[in-house]
Amino acid sequence: MPLKLERQENVPLAGLIAAPFVALAVTLVVGAVMFLAMGQDPVEAFRIYFIDPLGDAYTLQELVVKACPLLLIGVGLAFCYRANRWNIGAEGQYVVGAVFGSWLALATHGTEAGPWVLPAMLVLGALGGAAYGLIPAFLRVRFGASEILTSLMLVYVAQLGLDYLVRGPWRDPAGFNFPQSVTFDAVATVPLLFEEGRMHAGIVIALVVVVAATFVLGRTLVGFSIELGGSAPRAAAFAGFDERRVTYGVFAVSGALAGLAGIIEVAGPIGNLQPSISPGYGFTAIIAAMLGRLHPVGILVSSFILALTYIGGEAAQISLRMPFDVTRVFQGTLLIAILAADVLVRYRIRRVEGVRHA
Amino acid sequence: MADVVPSDPLASEPPPALLEAIGLTKRFGALVANDHVSLAIRAGETHALLGENGAGKSTLVKMMCGLLQADSGELRFEGAPVSFPDPAASRARGIGVVFQHFALFDALTVVENVALGLPRHEGLAALAARIEACVHRYGLQVEPYRLVGELSVGERQRVEIVRCLLGDPRVLILDEPTSVLTPDESESLFRTVDLLTAEGRAVLFISHKLDEVRRLCQRATVLRGGKFIAEVDPRRESAASLARLMVGAEVPRTPRIVTHELGEPRLLVKNLNLKGDGSRGSALIDINLEIRAGEIIGIAGVAGNGQTALFEALSGERLGGDAEAIVIDRTPAGALGPTERRALRAGFVPEERLGHAAAPDMRLSDNVLLTTHGDGRNVRHGVIRHSVLHAMFGEIVKRFDVRFGGRDPKARRLSGGNLQKFVIGREVLREPVLLIVDQPTWGVDAAAASFIRTTLRAKAAEGCAVLVISQDLDELLEFTDRIAVMCEGRLTAPVPVEETSREAIGLAMGGAETASAQGDADAA
Repeated sequence: MPLKLERQENVPLAGLIAAPFVALAVTLVVGAVMFLAMGQDPVEAFRIYFIDPLGDAYTLQELVVKACPLLLIGVGLAFCYRANRWNIGAEGQYVVGAVFGSWLALATHGTEAGPWVLPAMLVLGALGGAAYGLIPAFLRVRFGASEILTSLMLVYVAQLGLDYLVRGPWRDPAGFNFPQSVTFDAVATVPLLFEEGRMHAGIVIALVVVVAATFVLGRTLVGFSIELGGSAPRAAAFAGFDERRVTYGVFAVSGALAGLAGIIEVAGPIGNLQPSISPGYGFTAIIAAMLGRLHPVGILVSSFILALTYIGGEAAQISLRMPFDVTRVFQGTLLIAILAADVLVRYRIRRVEGVRHA
Repeated sequence: MADVVPSDPLASEPPPALLEAIGLTKRFGALVANDHVSLAIRAGETHALLGENGAGKSTLVKMMCGLLQADSGELRFEGAPVSFPDPAASRARGIGVVFQHFALFDALTVVENVALGLPRHEGLAALAARIEACVHRYGLQVEPYRLVGELSVGERQRVEIVRCLLGDPRVLILDEPTSVLTPDESESLFRTVDLLTAEGRAVLFISHKLDEVRRLCQRATVLRGGKFIAEVDPRRESAASLARLMVGAEVPRTPRIVTHELGEPRLLVKNLNLKGDGSRGSALIDINLEIRAGEIIGIAGVAGNGQTALFEALSGERLGGDAEAIVIDRTPAGALGPTERRALRAGFVPEERLGHAAAPDMRLSDNVLLTTHGDGRNVRHGVIRHSVLHAMFGEIVKRFDVRFGGRDPKARRLSGGNLQKFVIGREVLREPVLLIVDQPTWGVDAAAASFIRTTLRAKAAEGCAVLVISQDLDELLEFTDRIAVMCEGRLTAPVPVEETSREAIGLAMGGAETASAQGDADAA
């Protein structure tokens, strides 16, 4: 029986608000089935996954540590996605940001450089991420290349570049041949907020970014031009907003925030440059952005939800001996569920009388 | 109100109604789009459906062809109750609809497009032969193997009609068919309609053009505000009396004010050329034009002859590169973008309301920003001042009588006439010295159209230079001072309205004058 999607004339606001919650519920149901199939008690597994991490101060801090990069990257992606520009390569921009910032940390390593080093690293990280983000923007504006493909492919270029650096020129000579750089000096490290735990000043930066992005997207002409460009491109051109400038702008912002997240992660929780500096933050942030309705405050909430899947996944690895891929399955299910929920809210499925057997 | 006139007095006994709507009611939330509306179409007649935008014509048509379901009331086909759960069901009963907006793929040929809409798959060659036969029988000029993208709007309409006729419909519904046609093309459409009704088919003809309705139709059903108002014999009515039924009050004719002095040139276009983009949209070739303060210049022409390119070149959406080619108020503007041209106090109203003049999914108040963000009132240091924006929005709504449900709905929710009043009001309140309007009253009801023309006339009287691009020749003859004709990317010199005629303009629209001008150029 052929089915057809029909755009609904009046999309109910309640539906748009309910969609992420429905998606979460569907994800939990799918998760329960998965746990059963793996021979685990779903109630027990959910407790370990989602409830226990909320129970003690250490894991609560870990939650913030994991949410920080998701939040920074997700807010940046919201700029792109609102403008109908699909940056899938935040992971690469994150890596390049980390590399740019780390260069300064390594260049000043062991010198008497003052407290200016960390701020300068953050600026470099943002610039690096922005520059890397501008590549798919340029390819789109100049050649009409799909930014979805180019930004995604550039992720692997960035990762291999990082791999080369930490195995080659930037390897710690005293590191027993391990592929990693020296540990950053104190002036090149993001300070911790409390003595205990790993929560660092990055979250403060992220919260400032949330406030700033809320203001820019909601209150300024720049935010309006982004929204308009995504919603009605021809009307945006008529209004005098240059489509190319918007494309460059949103990719620069998105890349900069991903780069900032990268250098904060390397100069914070990780402490040096390694071949692998992200458990897929750049991709998970896409889910955070969609689940948070492309609104900075919504992304603040969704980042913590997704951070929980990371923490819970680690706990489940230890206590239930479940593979880390379970976390990936959770995140993927959540993304599919949220996209499906959006379609079902905006469209109505209708059965089409068979064209062929008429 | 007017009494119901019995049907054709020549027939002793009225023929049975082919398709009949009895007391149809349709609600959308609080709005009653159709309130117990009845309509009967008889075999062999051309029946007009008249009404303003928002009168409920589209809702009625959609219910009659299965796109919408009535809340109450009944549909009858040849006297027997029927229901159409979807358009396929109505097609099976022999009801064909040609909508105002065509559903054709540019990249496919005519015969491929037609094949897509047909239930059974037959060979393209066989289908092409059937198309040829249909074309021949009803005098429709359509070449089966041409790409739809290369066709004019009139030709595309004929493709839609042919597509409908291949289903051998007993009732053919034509939604505003002549709004995109030249006078000549309209004439040939009327001949086709006459052939169809002579075969015993019924045609439901939806139009705003009262003269056409009076010429073509034997009966007319008038709707106003979702209610049935009257069924009349349009041949016995005057255009004024029909308009009165539609609007419920006398429609004021736009006063022509030609007494004021013309001021200095507000727009100078010198040898403007623009390359075409791909297969679509004619290029502009050596456009020359001068508009002085206080005058309204009209540009006539069949759609797709470069009007859109001209509008976009004037608004700054498409740049030709030569700064001197366009001079707005003595400032070379050819290299400036839309915002900079608006800063020279130019105002623009594009043809497409949804998606070009307004963002469909944004609120009306946000849509105010589209053309006013550079005026220094509602944006300060890049920050939107929502209080000012809402005040401006309120003023547009009040002064231009924009009606809608809710406090600040999305643009998509407004009827065509109300959205157009909003879009025009947004520009007029900017106090422009040059106003360029593409299709000011396209798909707009008679009252709103009259209001819009009067507004533009008043702006001209205040010393604004106005350029109106329109496919509605009657409109241009009614309220512009000079008329130029656009054909295949060229523009004729504007001629005072008093010194020209429908026939002369019609000829130029068909390219007669351009052809000779081209001949001269070749000789030179």
